[in-house]
Parts: sequence; C-alpha cells; structure tokens
Amino acid sequence: MTSTRPWWKTALGVLFTALMLFPVYWMVNVSLTQTKDLRASPPHWFPWEPTFEGYERVFAQQMPALGTSLIVGLGCVLLTIVVAAPAGYALAQLNLRGGKTLNFLLLVAQMIPAVVMSMGFYAIYVRLGLLNTVGGLIVADSTIAVPFGVLLYTAFMSGIPRELLQAARVDGAGPWRTFISVVVPVSRNSTVTVALFAFLWAWSDFIFASTLNRNGDLIPITLGIYNYIGNNTTQWNAIMATAVVASVPAAVLLVLAQRFVAAGVTAGAVKD
Amino acid sequence: MTTLPTSVGTSESTLGAAGTTPAAPRGRRRRRGPNASQWTAAAFATPLLVYLVLFYAYPLWRNIDLSVHDYNIRAFVQGNAEYVGFENFAEVFASSTFPTALWNTVAFTFVSIAFQFAIGLALAVFFRSSFRLSNVLRALFLVPWLLPLIVSASTWAWMLSSENGIINSVIGAFGIGQINWLTSPDTALIAVTIANVWLGIPFNLVILYSGLQNIPGEVYEASSLDGAGAWRQFRSITLPLLRPVSAITILLGLIYTLKVVDVIWIMTTGGPGDASTTFAVWSYREAFGTGQPDFSPAAAVGNILILVALVFGFLHLQLQRRQEASS
Repeated sequence: MTSTRPWWKTALGVLFTALMLFPVYWMVNVSLTQTKDLRASPPHWFPWEPTFEGYERVFAQQMPALGTSLIVGLGCVLLTIVVAAPAGYALAQLNLRGGKTLNFLLLVAQMIPAVVMSMGFYAIYVRLGLLNTVGGLIVADSTIAVPFGVLLYTAFMSGIPRELLQAARVDGAGPWRTFISVVVPVSRNSTVTVALFAFLWAWSDFIFASTLNRNGDLIPITLGIYNYIGNNTTQWNAIMATAVVASVPAAVLLVLAQRFVAAGVTAGAVKD
Repeated sequence: MTTLPTSVGTSESTLGAAGTTPAAPRGRRRRRGPNASQWTAAAFATPLLVYLVLFYAYPLWRNIDLSVHDYNIRAFVQGNAEYVGFENFAEVFASSTFPTALWNTVAFTFVSIAFQFAIGLALAVFFRSSFRLSNVLRALFLVPWLLPLIVSASTWAWMLSSENGIINSVIGAFGIGQINWLTSPDTALIAVTIANVWLGIPFNLVILYSGLQNIPGEVYEASSLDGAGAWRQFRSITLPLLRPVSAITILLGLIYTLKVVDVIWIMTTGGPGDASTTFAVWSYREAFGTGQPDFSPAAAVGNILILVALVFGFLHLQLQRRQEASS
C-alpha cells in the first residue's frame, strides 16, 4: 500500500499548502511583531521577540465589536433558517405551483451584487430610521444567505423518501407536524451547513456594515478593522491582531465542521 | 426502515391525541383535490415569498427608482427627487470613468478566473490520488475562502506595501527594484487581481475536486492499461468528463468576481485615480465612498450590474439543465 502513496507527493502537498497559507502565517507573524520592528528591512520572518501589545489593544477596544458581530451572525442564522427550511420543504416535497420560477428567482437573487442591495436598503432605512441598527443589519446580511439556504434545503429535502412522510401522515400527523417532527430532524445536516454559512457570511460582511451601519454605536468587527486601517496606519501589529481574532470563527468552523463546509461549497455546482 | 418513522410517530401521536378530531376532516379535505395540498405548499412558502418581496424586490425597486430620479441626501429624506428618466444612465455612459471601469472589470474578471481555474484544476488533479496527509492539506486550502474578506485584503495590502512589504523584500533579493504595487496606476489592478486569485483558488479546488470524484476510477485504469500517460489521461479523460462541472465553476466564478467590492476597496479604494475601479467599485464609491453621496448614478451603474446578473442567471439555468440531462 505504501508504494502507491509516494512520500514526494506528501512533500509537494505540504509545500503547496505552505505557499497558499503564507499570507495567513504573515498575518499572525505581523500581529506579534513589536512596533519598532514593523518597518525593519528586510521584514522579520519570524517573531523572535513576540509582543502581545496588539492583542491587548484588541481586547481593550474591540470587545463590543466582536459582541455585535456575534449577535448579527446569530440573528442572521435564525432568520435564514426560519425562512429557508419551510420554503425548502414546500419546493422539494409539496409540489409548490410556480416552484420552477421561484427557483430561478432565487438563482438570480444570489447573483445580485451586495452593493446594489445596499443602496436599496439605504434608501428604505433612511426613511424608516433603521440605519445604524443591529436589526437592520441582520436583515440586510440575511439576504446573502437566504437564497443559498432555500436551494440547499430543497436539494436535500428532495431526497427524503416519500414513504417516511407518508408514514407520518398515516400516524395522523398534519403537514406542520410532519415538517417539525420528521422533516426538520432528518435535515439536521443541511441545517448545520446553512447555519454555518449564514453565520460566516454575516460575520465577514463588510459592504452592508459599511453602508448601513457606518455611524452606529454598535459596529461589527469588520468595520472595527476598517476604521483601524483608516485611523492609524502605523500600528499594523494591532490591525493584524484584530484580523487574527476576527478569523477565529472561520478557524473553529473549519476544524469542527469541515465536511459541512465542503458540502456548502459544492452545493448547487455538483450533483452527488 | 419502518422502525424510524413509527418510533417518531408514536411519541407524537400520544401528544397529538387531542388534535386527532380536527386532523381527520383536514385529511379528507386534502383527498378532495390538488387545491388543499397547494394551500399547504403555499403556506410553507409564505415566509420566503414575503421575505423576497420585502427584502429583495422592494430594495431593488428602490434602486431602480433611485436611478431614474435625481437624488441627493436632502431629497433622500424628504422623498421629492426630480424625475429625470434615463439621464443618469446617459451620464454614466458618457463619464470618463466608464471606459476605464469597463476595461478594468473585464480584465480583472477574466484574469482572475483564468488563474483561479487553472491553479484550482491543477491542485484538484494533484489531490485526486490520495496520499498521506492529503485530506488534512486539502482542508487547509479552504482557509483563504473562509476568512473575512477584510482580513485577507488588509493582509495582502500590508504584504504588498511599497517599503515594508514582504513581497517587495523577496523580489528585491532577486535584484528587482521596488514596485509600488498599490500606489502606481500600472500595478494597482494587477495587485488586486493577485489577491483575488488567491481568494478564489479554494472554491475552484473544492468544486473541481468533487467533480473529479464523480469520474469512475475504472476509466483511468482502462486507459493506463492502454498505455495512456498522465498528460494523455488529463487531456482525453479528465478535461472532457469534467466539462459540465467546469462550466458551472467558471460561471459561478464570473458572478462572484463581477460583484467584488471589498477586496479592491480595502486595498486601493479603486485608485490611484480610476486605475483599479471596476463597475461594482465605481457604484460603491459614488454612493458611499466619498463625502458627497451621489446615489442616482451609483444606482444606474448598479442596474447595469443587475442586467449582467440576469444574463448569467439564464446561462446558469441552461448549464444546470444540460448537466441534469446528461447525468
């Protein structure tokens, strides 16, 4: 078996991965570099004398922003699942009339640039006084995830055997009961994938945050980084420390839920 | 198979015992015709339909409304902007930024996708035969795709900085002089394209890899028995059999790349001048990027982007139909 798994491929793979992840390494490296060494030439390849000034600053200044991002992310997850799961059921199992049209609209919806949506939302929010509110940002961020969620749920729920749903009906369960006690539990994996991406996209969003929430008291972490870049261009160790902290959810999700990530990326592109 | 639904069902039937009386006529009504079940389907789809109308259709309609009126900040709040028809569109087309933005959009999109796809495909083929650590390494390749764009973009901005950047330091070691990646009009677009290629590789790798998994291994075994080498196999098996997946990958890449604002805005704000301004960045800058928001031309540019999105939407549908027909 070992002869079919040559070591040079592993070596080459490690090299490719190292090249690919170099920017990530560099972010961590700069975040630990002392301020006086930031402008050293050549740059320090390794933080021999690491400093945690940058991180101290993050925890002193950016905690509210991290909290806001967490709330926005969770709110977005909730809204997305509440809207997408029943719709997926209707499209996949209930032969919704006009389902094909709806599918097409969702596809197009995914293609509309966020910058276009942000202008529309801005025009609406100005009138309603929803600018700079967390709720307004949650709604806007969810537009990235809802079409994806519906398409993913539809794809998965189409595969639920009809016998399973019929059995529930024979037991006297109405459509709502069937949905809550059979369809939703069976679709758990899809829910994890949808939740994961809804959270990640809301957490990472910059466009909606910078347009709809730019003067808010509660800004998300992406704006925290952006304001940092604008304000003090010399403190790149602090900027990169914030960036490292903002990357933590992505890292955690990759470790804990890698197969769901891969499932989400290929959804809609590859038929299993 | 039957144990699962009944075990779920029994616990529910005791809970729902009181509900059996209204449930019985409901069941009878459903049997009467397709109408009742259509009502059920519509009820489940209602949250989505309401959502789409309120949070997609309405903002988009407002956006079109913006593009045919002359809005400034005051008219925005009072809502009494003057109707100007297609004047904003005419202004956009006549603007000196238009040809630059068009060229930048095309170049940025085309070059990004060409490199993302080529590198993604090469890596997918490389990872196809499993070797020690291959799963772990492939998972690590996802990292750039999962990071918030502002994180990646600011990291690249620092790496490409003129005096302190690691990239200039490395190429300096090979005797190449300092390149002002982000501040020179000649290289700004190249710089943001490099960062965008890096961002897109994981997506291409993952999709093309799972496309490769669907090609049966016997096809390769048979061809190597016939004496086909690695390159021959790639040309005669991998490429043709991967074509449907490749088409969708490239299309999704196109859609994603046309939308890009964050990366370019954070690295160069579309500058210097218009040197790295694409349509999406142009729209963002007009509306939100300067001290004086100019929503109407920004919305006009945005509407051009929506038209492009619609065209690609139809293309995507065609590709999906063809893929379903072939599988």
